[in-house]
Amino acid sequence: MRDPAVSDEVAIRVDNLVKRFGDFVAIDHISFQVERGKIIGFLGPNGAGKSTTIRILCGLLRPTEGRVFVAGIDVARDPESVRQHIGYMSQKFSLYSDLTVLENLQFFGGIYRVPKNLLPERIHFALEMAGLLGRENALVSTLAGGWKQRLGLGCAILHRPPILFLDEPTSGVDPESRRRFWDLIHSLSDANVTIVVSTHYMDEAEYCNEIALIDRGRLLALESPSTLKARNIGGDLLALECDDIGKAIRLLKGHPGVRDVAAFGNRLHIIVDRDKGASSAIANTLAQHTVLVKRLDQIEPTIDDIFVQMVGAERDSRRANP
Amino acid sequence: MRWKRIRAIAVKEMIQIRRDTRSLIIALFMPLMQLILLGYGVSLDIKHVPICVYDQEGSQNSQALLKHFQASDYFSITALLGNYRQVKRALDSDLCRVAIVVPHDFSERLSDQGSSTVSLLADASDDNTANIAIGYAQAVVATFSGNVQLEAAGFGGNPPPQGGVLLQERVWFNEGLDSRYFIIPGVIALIMALVGALLTSLTISREWERGTMELLISTPVSSNEVMAGKLIPYFVIGLADAVFCLVFAVFWFHVPFRGTLFTLFFTTSLFLVVVLGVGFLISAGIKSQIGATQIAVLVTLLPTSILSGYAFPIDQMPPVVQTITYLVFARYYVTILKALFLKGSGILDLASPIFAMIIYASVVAFLAGRAFKKTLD
Repeated sequence: MRDPAVSDEVAIRVDNLVKRFGDFVAIDHISFQVERGKIIGFLGPNGAGKSTTIRILCGLLRPTEGRVFVAGIDVARDPESVRQHIGYMSQKFSLYSDLTVLENLQFFGGIYRVPKNLLPERIHFALEMAGLLGRENALVSTLAGGWKQRLGLGCAILHRPPILFLDEPTSGVDPESRRRFWDLIHSLSDANVTIVVSTHYMDEAEYCNEIALIDRGRLLALESPSTLKARNIGGDLLALECDDIGKAIRLLKGHPGVRDVAAFGNRLHIIVDRDKGASSAIANTLAQHTVLVKRLDQIEPTIDDIFVQMVGAERDSRRANP
Repeated sequence: MRWKRIRAIAVKEMIQIRRDTRSLIIALFMPLMQLILLGYGVSLDIKHVPICVYDQEGSQNSQALLKHFQASDYFSITALLGNYRQVKRALDSDLCRVAIVVPHDFSERLSDQGSSTVSLLADASDDNTANIAIGYAQAVVATFSGNVQLEAAGFGGNPPPQGGVLLQERVWFNEGLDSRYFIIPGVIALIMALVGALLTSLTISREWERGTMELLISTPVSSNEVMAGKLIPYFVIGLADAVFCLVFAVFWFHVPFRGTLFTLFFTTSLFLVVVLGVGFLISAGIKSQIGATQIAVLVTLLPTSILSGYAFPIDQMPPVVQTITYLVFARYYVTILKALFLKGSGILDLASPIFAMIIYASVVAFLAGRAFKKTLD
């Protein structure tokens, strides 16, 4: 069933989507839309609601409230028609590992009813794309992560779906394979395929046209990576490397001029009031308390920083007005 | 329902069965194992009951009586004893089940009074065997007794006694009264029920367990297509197992098959629909393979082996239990198989069990079709 309110240029529209599992609110009033041919990345920590949203968009889960249109079809009313138009792939739940590469491709070719005359060529394309030509008869269980993932993508696009859902497709895959995978995604996007992809690798956000920041079932932002990065994080950002991070956090929380402190691996990112010499004040405090500073300088905020800052602000405001 | 999708699933399922050792063992070795175990192991005939003899007299007459025992298929004399203490020990130590004691005045009383007694001591810890052995012993002694009377009459120069009622027995369908003939057709039902339900119980739960179900339900395949595609290979395997059982029963155990192959094929297909449907229902309801297997064994093996009438006749069960057996789908197939093998009944003679199976098959197919929902909720 097509909704006249949904234009052809909009591949996905989500209105006030809510999903509850018992008392737990997994998705809390999310609305957004995605134009055709765009890549939208869902970013957020584990359990934020990324996978649940994708599963609802694919018709695997029913929304509790709100409406979801994919390819102009109301997913809750007619999930079967939606499935003709989509491809779905997830790193966790993928192919039949006891089948060979070719057997998997043939299986999905049959399931998607790819016409007989087109199937050999599309299987060849998928094999080529996955770099598995010549390994058609290898059992999928014997393939390494990167190959498995590209084969999964190959299976998901055998029927040339206009919309593709990828749920953490790159998790647990080496960086080289991840880059190759994103190249594939971009070439699909160039062919006007709409792609929804979730990830918890913040660096992958740069590859998307738009980023949906999700935390605890809420959509915090939906912007292009450049707009997001240009966001005012409310001050300057300092990176600190020192010998005792725990002590430094305790000293800097509540320190005059310091707005926020967050740990990133072996570094601290500190948001400070702009142009007030906070940097030297911090250096002094640390020196007084015998913390050995290896590095302290101003850096450009990354999407990680913005995300952390936004999540913190969101959580604070929820604590203030529950 | 699209044939192309059904075929894709059926082919995939067949490949998975071929590569799954557990499924292969269930499909190929279990029927053979069950046939051999149950065909040889379960016998309701009692033959060669071990007996011990304490012949106090040791005369020609007592030896003649013991020869009757020796000649019978039902007994074999395992020891000759010399006193009661040995008799007791023989029974205690399972050297024999039954002991015969011929008194020292056996011949004397026979010639003086025209009648005599022998004692029989039976180990009744297995009451069924004891009862049957006593019955056999009575028959042996009665034959001996008849011979003695005839001889006595001959000696006296009188004509042999006339009249009396003689029962002329004709046993139908299982002329040799061989309990294997009675058991084997039932074993086939047991095998089909077990193999069918066990194999299919894995088919949906395997996809849940391995996570492939999520991908499968994101495709346009319908739940009926999934069911059809998944059950076709098991249906074929079930029929192949049925053919194997038939061949094994007829050529190895020499059980007669007197019905038509068509009726067998038709009723077996019907039974398979029920069994596979039940397995599919279980599989759709229980998302772990182990759990599904256990439930499958519980709902097929137990009722089929106890309540289907394959070895234990239903009409000898208490009325309440008899009523319950109507719910055991295997009972109809067991009835049909026994009739087909031994009586050669036609499809019309079997109308009522076939009708019951059709009802059962429709209900199960209906439920199975609705059991599997394409959703993660």
